[in-house]
Amino acid sequence: MELTINGTKHQVDIEPDTPLLWVLRDELGMTGTKYGCGLAQCGACTVLVDGQSTRSCVTPVESVAGTEIMTIEAVADDPIGQKVVEAWVSNQVAQCGYCQSGQVMAATALLKQTPKPSDDDIAGAMVNLCRCGTYNAIAAAVRDAAQA
Amino acid sequence: MNDMRPIAPEVLASENGKPFKVSRRGFLGASLGALVLGVTLPASLTRALAAAPAAITPGSRVAAFLEIRPDSTVLFRSAFIEGGQGIFTAMAQIVGEELDVDPANFVVEGAPPGPDYLLTGGGRFTGGSMSVRMSYDTMRKLGASARHMLLQAAAAKLGVPVSELSTEPGKVIHAASSRTVPYGEIADDAAALPLPAEVPLRDRANFRWIGKPFARLDARDKSTGKAKYSIDQKIDGMLYAAVQHSPRLGGEPGAMQNEGEVRGMPGVHSVHRLPGAVAVVANSWWRARRAVEALQVNWTEAASTASHPMPADFSSAAHMAKLKAASGDGVAFETEGDAVGALAGAARVVEAVYDAPYLVHGQLEPPSALARWNEDGSLELWLPNQAPEMFQADAAKFAGIAPEKVIIHSPMLGGFFGRHFLYQTANPYPQAIQLAKAVGRPIKLLWSREEEFLRDALRPMAAVRFRGGLDAKGMPVALSAVAVGEGPTGRWFGRQPDKVDSSAVEGIAGKVYAIPNRRVGQIHVDDPAIIGFWRSVGHSMNDFFYETFLDELADAGQQDPYELRHRLLAGSPRHRTLLEAVADLAGGWKRGPFVAEDGTRRARGVAMASPFGSEVATIAEVSLRDGDIAVHDVWVAIDPGSIVNPAIIEAQMNSAVALGLSSALLEEVVYVDGMPQARNYDGYQILTPDRMPRVHVRIVESGAPMGGIGEPGLPGVPPAVANALSVLAGKRIRSLPLSKLDLKEVDG
Repeated sequence: MELTINGTKHQVDIEPDTPLLWVLRDELGMTGTKYGCGLAQCGACTVLVDGQSTRSCVTPVESVAGTEIMTIEAVADDPIGQKVVEAWVSNQVAQCGYCQSGQVMAATALLKQTPKPSDDDIAGAMVNLCRCGTYNAIAAAVRDAAQA
Repeated sequence: MNDMRPIAPEVLASENGKPFKVSRRGFLGASLGALVLGVTLPASLTRALAAAPAAITPGSRVAAFLEIRPDSTVLFRSAFIEGGQGIFTAMAQIVGEELDVDPANFVVEGAPPGPDYLLTGGGRFTGGSMSVRMSYDTMRKLGASARHMLLQAAAAKLGVPVSELSTEPGKVIHAASSRTVPYGEIADDAAALPLPAEVPLRDRANFRWIGKPFARLDARDKSTGKAKYSIDQKIDGMLYAAVQHSPRLGGEPGAMQNEGEVRGMPGVHSVHRLPGAVAVVANSWWRARRAVEALQVNWTEAASTASHPMPADFSSAAHMAKLKAASGDGVAFETEGDAVGALAGAARVVEAVYDAPYLVHGQLEPPSALARWNEDGSLELWLPNQAPEMFQADAAKFAGIAPEKVIIHSPMLGGFFGRHFLYQTANPYPQAIQLAKAVGRPIKLLWSREEEFLRDALRPMAAVRFRGGLDAKGMPVALSAVAVGEGPTGRWFGRQPDKVDSSAVEGIAGKVYAIPNRRVGQIHVDDPAIIGFWRSVGHSMNDFFYETFLDELADAGQQDPYELRHRLLAGSPRHRTLLEAVADLAGGWKRGPFVAEDGTRRARGVAMASPFGSEVATIAEVSLRDGDIAVHDVWVAIDPGSIVNPAIIEAQMNSAVALGLSSALLEEVVYVDGMPQARNYDGYQILTPDRMPRVHVRIVESGAPMGGIGEPGLPGVPPAVANALSVLAGKRIRSLPLSKLDLKEVDG
């Protein structure tokens, strides 16, 4: 199976129903994408599939063959992703940081589709869980990134 | 965990203090007074420290903590583990201030086990909001000592007296000759010098970094996926393991009906029986997990000899009923005046029973352990932990080797909140050690979220019976509280039957209000669950109990709850100032109900708490819509005495509000038939972004002894919210979580 991840093609030989998350983490060594729940509840595993925010823990790898997958490892190479990262740093969003890969990817997906989101847009898109409660900083960072 | 007694050396060394019985034989060492040049691996550092022969004073040996690299950047080994609370940044600020190195030029990592790092009352752990307050002076001296050694080395190199030298960040200056020497150039020479006996510390007025909102060192790595947690560790030759635990603790695996079939699943290396669990080792974690969950296991019931077996008929509802039914006054913990007499003579007596449920930690990084047996017989472990020496000692015992043969790596924690203490059945590393031994390869074991929610050490369940007496004017003159349940400190550090475990009563005891006759007692009831420390420990629920009951007393005495607190703090200027500060921050106190600009009917609640050496006052503003509770704003005034980083404090207050609110609104572990009903976030809800209130923080530096930061913001949140909600609901609320309440009938 051929996957296009961060602009690079990867050949993987794996059961087709394996979740994308575990292909990224264990087969390809891209551990920036996190496992939190495995049930699409928390969003720590969020990646972009053709620009769409996608929870990789419940996404069978066969379903994303032929798509453009973007992970946190390449976020700073993306013009919008870079703005998001800078906003995350300047707003000092992260605490433990474990959910933040997924948060940054969700924000990047939002701003790709809605460059000037309203507060409701932000609330509708930024639904990943954060046990450290960085939600206010996340919303502020998304607003900043949209202005940048 | 509130006071320091549970972790003071004499307690740690007590015969009950099993988890802290760390053998120090291998570590006792002489001065290693050197600034090690270049990057030394923790493993080799451990060996270097182990080889040193005499007793040392924790926090004194510069070389154990600091490496100044040729480029004058600093590698700092922190005694405390970073898990979101910002301790690595705080350490860099404190040490950098005295060393004269910009904290931004620090690289900080968790230190290996060793006697140099026993900075928490003679032991070592990251918890109890202890890290900065317990090490502040020591770490300042450490930085100043290193600077002194660098000055000495520069004096020799330049051939000038030390008195003519000064420093600027990262370099020594000889002003008379306009010469500068970067720290990196003299680190080697400084390494050969002895530690100074006495060093002057920088005047507070000249602080550049301490007390400033310095940016977190890990912000960029955590925003780009580069931060490495235990779950991300990878070493050559490792295999992955997943487990299926006995549904009830104490059960053992019997026959596995489809073992052969599972052995044939893709990528499966082997199937194993472990104490209380079965495991599959495979060439990827997903394959291991799929295989282990396919195993059809006949679980035996717990043997009577098992430690803390979970009864097959255990239910959280029945246990709560048992706690509430416990009679008597228990063992006294705090007494003042004559509570019994004053209650008998009171104009009015108010009685109420409060309760709070079990909680899981719910940190987003599931527990894992990577274990490797090395050829020299040593055992190397990478694992999330808040106490490296305790884990080292326990792993050594389990592995049957000497503690110095166990090398512990302590990566960054993907949240902890008390999760990563030594809880034995809640820690995956014994399984990883056993599997690595069995297969002769390194094993990375990860618990699925479902296994984590099955085996986490829970915040204990508790009930409290209150009696309060009012005088004819409605002022409280007597308060009696009996806490029923078990505290985590007693569970893990030894409980004396005739004494009260302070972790069970903190937040009911230690309150600051001038109620002249008080008695706080505890009835110990064994908790059948594995219980542990949860952020703010006893305070996380006890301040809810107390502060909401205080509102009941205010209502009974027809007093405003803010005004009553203000009166009861007449003799305590520090607390009165803080209460006034939070009211000021909130634009003035008003209880409500009132109609907000958006047309919602709102009310405010207030609460105070004295957790972990700090003082906190909290106000919450709440409304109801179709029975759903909305918390709009939370104002927090905190007085930690003095501070290191106001930005991190503000972030920690946000975090504490989120977790406190989550526990107040939503969280509850329910057991039926000895099994938790929720095994993932779908059944155990935690706070979502749409429920997050605005958080407003004011820091008051009273100059009192430094208190904690990570936990103190939490305890005031549940009572402030419940007190506000009681106004809207028109009835007192005595049980958490609030989502259990049917509020649909209440007019929003």
